[in-house]
Amino acid sequence: MCTQTLVLDIRNLKSHFFTAKGEVPAVDGVSIQVPAGKIIGLVGESGCGKSMTAMSIMGLLRYPGKIVDGTITLDGRDITHLRPKELAKIRGNEISMIFQEPMTSLNPVYPVGRQVQEAILLHQKIPKEEAKKRVLEIFRAVGIPEPEKRYHSYPHQLSGGLRQRVMIGMAMVCRPKVMVADEPTTALDVTIEAQILRLMKQLCDEQGTSIILITHNLGVVAEICDYVYVMYAGKVMEQAETFSLFEQACHPYTQGLLQSIPKLDEKVEWLHTIKGVVPNLLHLPKGCSFCTRCSQAGRRCFEEQPGLYETIQGHGVRCFQYESGVRLDGE
Amino acid sequence: MFTKILKRIAISIPVLLGVVLAIFIMLRIVPGDPATTMMGEHVNPAVIEKISREMGLDQPLYIQFFKYIGNALRGDFGTSYRLNRNVAQIILDSFPHTVRLSLLAALVAWTIGVTAGVIAAIRQNRLLDRLFMGGALMGVSMPVFMTALILQYVFAFKLKWFPVSGFDSLQAMILPAIALGWNSAGSIARMTRSNLVEVMQNDFIRTARAKGLRENGVIVRHALKNAMLPVVTMMALQISSMLSGAVLTESVFGVPGIGRLAVNGIETRDMPLLQGTVIFTTILIILGNLAADLLYSVLDPRIRESA
Amino acid sequence: MNDKIEKNISSQIGEEDTWLDKGKTLVRQNKIAAFSALVILLILLAAIFAPLVAPYDHLEQSLADRLKDPSAAHWLGTDELGRDVLSRIIFGARISLTIGLVPTLISMAIGTVLGLCAGFYGGKTDFIIMRLADVMLAFPSLLLAMVVMYTMGGGLVNIFIALSLVNWAGTARIVRSQTLSLKEKEFVEAARSMGVGKWTIMFRHILPNCLPSLIVLFTLNIPAAILSEASLSFLGIGAQPPSPSWGLMAVRGKKYLFSEPWLSIAPSAAIMVVVLAFNFLGDGLRDILDPYLKEQ
Repeated sequence: MCTQTLVLDIRNLKSHFFTAKGEVPAVDGVSIQVPAGKIIGLVGESGCGKSMTAMSIMGLLRYPGKIVDGTITLDGRDITHLRPKELAKIRGNEISMIFQEPMTSLNPVYPVGRQVQEAILLHQKIPKEEAKKRVLEIFRAVGIPEPEKRYHSYPHQLSGGLRQRVMIGMAMVCRPKVMVADEPTTALDVTIEAQILRLMKQLCDEQGTSIILITHNLGVVAEICDYVYVMYAGKVMEQAETFSLFEQACHPYTQGLLQSIPKLDEKVEWLHTIKGVVPNLLHLPKGCSFCTRCSQAGRRCFEEQPGLYETIQGHGVRCFQYESGVRLDGE
Repeated sequence: MFTKILKRIAISIPVLLGVVLAIFIMLRIVPGDPATTMMGEHVNPAVIEKISREMGLDQPLYIQFFKYIGNALRGDFGTSYRLNRNVAQIILDSFPHTVRLSLLAALVAWTIGVTAGVIAAIRQNRLLDRLFMGGALMGVSMPVFMTALILQYVFAFKLKWFPVSGFDSLQAMILPAIALGWNSAGSIARMTRSNLVEVMQNDFIRTARAKGLRENGVIVRHALKNAMLPVVTMMALQISSMLSGAVLTESVFGVPGIGRLAVNGIETRDMPLLQGTVIFTTILIILGNLAADLLYSVLDPRIRESA
Repeated sequence: MNDKIEKNISSQIGEEDTWLDKGKTLVRQNKIAAFSALVILLILLAAIFAPLVAPYDHLEQSLADRLKDPSAAHWLGTDELGRDVLSRIIFGARISLTIGLVPTLISMAIGTVLGLCAGFYGGKTDFIIMRLADVMLAFPSLLLAMVVMYTMGGGLVNIFIALSLVNWAGTARIVRSQTLSLKEKEFVEAARSMGVGKWTIMFRHILPNCLPSLIVLFTLNIPAAILSEASLSFLGIGAQPPSPSWGLMAVRGKKYLFSEPWLSIAPSAAIMVVVLAFNFLGDGLRDILDPYLKEQ
């Protein structure tokens, strides 16, 4: 890890939600390192703070959500507390995002080509004709058939897969350093899902763009990610290179997640599930946030919060079982 | 698209006929003889009978109706009894005044309404929003004649900026137009705001932000067009309330428009005149609704395609 | 996205509104609506106890006191016949509130029954009722009322009848669309499968579910009716002298607008206050009871 240049470096990010019933620590001290040209997976159940992390990175978090601590460094520049004007210059240009809902993420009253063109014109001073050419190029690159015709299509005239391709095109057209993809394939058919993932991987390789892929699907992670962060209740529970995580998952939560994936070569009566539910973020356990659901939890897990310990090079686990390793997070 | 327009027009024809029929019947279900009602109780029965025959009021209702429709299609709305002139001609004489008044009022309403609505939406739940929306509800709640009277008192009488009444110059039309437009401005502002606030919740707004548009750009380029589409439909409703309001405004400022004709028709019990004005106005409103509907489907690509 | 996260978090920390919360919300968050309810209550009381509240009899003329400016004796001055304007406004509240409440109730009852039938029976019944509603909605209500007033002659009683008959179509449309969706709900299916009669289903199972919308609609239709009466009376085809109808007072005061502006402005302002209060209350109720009505 250390030998590679980091394009995005998130340190100890804390984003809280201020609700009537109290401050909710939805993202609680998350650190993520994104090397250039790599795909980073961010995995967890819904409500674990994945999307909130993404919105924080993009500077799109709005009241009642707020970044309360930590730094986000993009290519050596701290972007955590930039003014809206400065942030807007970065968004869509150096760092872009695609979303879960391709059906509703495009403006229904404008042709899709124009919406992609807008992304270019916002960040680059080039003639409109030139921008249109770039749009057609990127349409071709993301595999949209008949780009000239599609340029003038309205979103409702395109299928979900095509719309997501348009979204990817829009996100890639300024050749950003990082693209945040928030469950980009969840709303799509399985066959389309594979195509879109392959496309993202290919673009990432060609353009050197790093991707933060947010998903709850470990299968997707296994397919294209280089490095994985497993999140639970606002914290990173385990982080490792993909093969390492699948080879030897250390955290009981990750082990549970992996066991709950159905496998074709095994016959089981019931799918494995993790007992219990995600805890109320307002009333987290005093100790490890997973302790109430953990089969291996000891007394200490209920009393004290574990740090993130390194087991082997680049593999960190937030669990007392691995306390012998080097502690990776602060303190 | 073309068949859709035809279909929409086809649907409005029965409504149109229904409206004419309804007015026709309502004006004739007077207890007792319609001619007597028109002339009053104290008129010589022989005169009433003569009138009744002249106007065809002694014939069965359905014959009267079809005759009326037939004549109306040829542009003949009957003869005003009191003014002794062709009703269609009287209407056409007054109509330009009402049109000028309404157009000016619409201009006032849309400028104020949309601006206030957009500002309120941008400053959602802040002081400016509260002020504007309170003001808008007040605009909706003020009787049209109250606005008219206040404007007349302050700007025509006290400040002497405008003539007290009249209709011949643009200057004379300004106060009536504001009085009439004020009310609609309120409802347009309210609708613009609520639509805009709702549109801002959409996923594509998030996309626009992620693209690097700044907040004002997001609103102007991506939210406004979506938000204004339903407001276009509201134009239709506004035509109706404008024409209702015109009756009152014209009465305060002494503008000899359509509204005044209808009031005259009632005051002088001139049935052909009242009938003609009401039918004419209602047809205008139905056509307005139709136009707004069609405009909406032209503007919204989703509906444009689905035809 | 932010909203989705927010909703997610709310559900995770168990933040859900009970009915009591909703009531509290109205008082706490929408102070104007709560205040409006209070204003309406006060006006209602003033109208009911008008003879006790009003300083003078509203019909008592005194030619010596014609067109007096507002003073300690006559807070809002006197009109061209020397009658106390404030007393007339207080008595006029009876007219406005009755016109606002009763015809609205009648027309909404008609609209509700027609809407229920149209939505429940569908087919021809639906077609006929809704085309009728289309026709009614095509008229500007003021013009329609004017036509009815021509036929029946002026006067408050006729306004009463006119407004009762004219304004049912809007209610019918909304009740119909709610009936259509409620009809498909499981509890209606269940009632039907148990052999419950059609009218029982309509009035015992579907109607109660339309109530929140109807309450909101009622609150918002009242000011419309009050404005209609005022407008008709202002045009001289509504209430007849010496009635203290606010619209009539405004038009009779119009002659003296430049010398005694309060004669027409004061009753107009009374109309505005009542209408505004009902509108504020209706808006507040809608936000809490029936977010789906917001579109209309």
